[in-house]
Amino acid sequence: MAQAKAKYLTLEEGFFAAFLLVLAFACVIIAGKTYDQVMAFHTSIGALFAASGAFIIFKNYFDDGGVDIPQEVGGKPNYNLGPIKFGAWAAVFWGVAGFTVGLIIALQLAYPVLNFDLPWTNFGRLRPLHTSAVIFAFGGNVLLASSFYVVQRTCRARMPGRIAPWFVILGYNAFIVIAGTGYLLGATQSKEYAEPEWYADLWLTIVWVVYLLVFMGTLWKRKEPHIYVANWFYLAFIVTIAMLHIVNNLTIPVSVFGTKSYILWSGVQDAMVQWWYGHNAVGFFLTAGFLAIMYYFIPKRADRPVYSYRLSIVHFWALIFLYIWAGPHHLHYTALPQWASTLGATFSIMLWMPSWGGMINGLMTLSGAWDKLRTDPVLRMMVVSVAFYGMSTFEGPLMSLRSVNSLSHYTDWTIGHVHSGALGWVGYISFGALYCLIPWLWKKRQVYSLKLVNWHFWISTIGIVLYICAMWVSGIMQGLMWRAYDRLGFLEYSFIETVEAMHPFYVIRAMGGALFVIGSLIMAYNLYMTVRYGEAEEAETASGEALAPAE
Amino acid sequence: MNESYTAMASFAQTWGLVYFVILFLCVLAYALWPKNRKRFDEAAHIPLRED
Repeated sequence: MAQAKAKYLTLEEGFFAAFLLVLAFACVIIAGKTYDQVMAFHTSIGALFAASGAFIIFKNYFDDGGVDIPQEVGGKPNYNLGPIKFGAWAAVFWGVAGFTVGLIIALQLAYPVLNFDLPWTNFGRLRPLHTSAVIFAFGGNVLLASSFYVVQRTCRARMPGRIAPWFVILGYNAFIVIAGTGYLLGATQSKEYAEPEWYADLWLTIVWVVYLLVFMGTLWKRKEPHIYVANWFYLAFIVTIAMLHIVNNLTIPVSVFGTKSYILWSGVQDAMVQWWYGHNAVGFFLTAGFLAIMYYFIPKRADRPVYSYRLSIVHFWALIFLYIWAGPHHLHYTALPQWASTLGATFSIMLWMPSWGGMINGLMTLSGAWDKLRTDPVLRMMVVSVAFYGMSTFEGPLMSLRSVNSLSHYTDWTIGHVHSGALGWVGYISFGALYCLIPWLWKKRQVYSLKLVNWHFWISTIGIVLYICAMWVSGIMQGLMWRAYDRLGFLEYSFIETVEAMHPFYVIRAMGGALFVIGSLIMAYNLYMTVRYGEAEEAETASGEALAPAE
Repeated sequence: MNESYTAMASFAQTWGLVYFVILFLCVLAYALWPKNRKRFDEAAHIPLRED
């Protein structure tokens, strides 16, 4: 390892190259023998991706002659930023794409003609495309990129591996492509937020295990004795998602040559596993992961330590111990035993405590620096995001109560609730993180234009308000109409009457969505201009150039 | 079957509660222990110490 030129591939390079070559070969065989056109398409893509991966590994090996990457440059850790840069831009791309698909399906609900009577463009196929694109493609890339950045910085160590970090970020995006095209072509497990079929699930499992190893390897190499709280949240996110993903996708394929598979669980057990998964996708993907972002990016941007580190410890343990039990509240009034649904609701109510504890911790980090909200729209975005977090985590437990749920379930109220969390909390904290991360990664002093950030903030805030208010009104109205009886005990309204009544709110919702898409386009432009024309960071330029050879 | 189910459920419901309360008290003790104070105050500054 010490000599300048290694004669052989490293064990890591050899392992990944061999694995990708075997995978490419297996894909070609399946593509040739399959009776299933979707499988033929996906294995062709898989063969192409895997073979390109192996090619790049060998090409890099021959180009740089297997020289070791220095762990430190000029006494400072030689942080690995390449995969983070890719992840940040992938997040921007998938974000704009996912929000746009969301706008399209919102318009489809208002104007059904936009389904175009084609199987590939109907609501049923585009809806999982939207949810997966925003949660897993946009949110996932934000989490991958920010976690790699935060864990290296707070551990003061370069993440281990030359291939592994790239394998994680590229492999994850390959999963997104396979999953997304699969939905459009009709390959689905029909499990909400777990739609990808068995082969995509297996691939994601491999990528995720490597992600866990890279993350833990960085913690293992740390120079900082204490593991910063953000890393605890990231670790909980990675470990729990691995567990949820595996248990909810224990399927047996009908044949390796086909896309169709059947799950081991049956009946209400399957429903319970699905919502144990589904709710913890909210709890550990959309909450724990983004709380990690909050605990690093808000203190960093406000230039103040977190309000109470001790509260953050209580926040962490309380959150992860409570969230995992809340899933049954998705199955009130079903075949699930009543005690189980009561348990889910009880734990949901208890979640008020850690959720609001965390919100207070994030907001109070600004105490003594509130004036920054006036001058820094990026910080404002993140603080408003935490406020939305507080609002939607207040609403959620309320809706988990059986009596409230009997009104809200199956109505648009749920959609409104989800979007106040998704657009307000996850969206804004991600935008804030990207506005910080892109200038840091490209060694720029600041984003290209704070004025445009301000525009992004206000346009999308108006969009969110339109969206969630329309859905509250429409949802509660829908729920009340469904349960209205006339004098003789007959249902007052037919189903189609409720649909007609909701039309204006669907139009308002689509308008809100359009504003949110416009905001994200402003962000994409602003970030592009930051990289292209942003003012270089003066103090960092010298060391920045010194770091360049590693990439 | 039904009896063993009830026995298990009541065991889980009572001892589960005790287990969670004890765990929570341990977390509180760890977070609020006076000796840990300095360590946590330093840890809070980790993101702000740039290199």
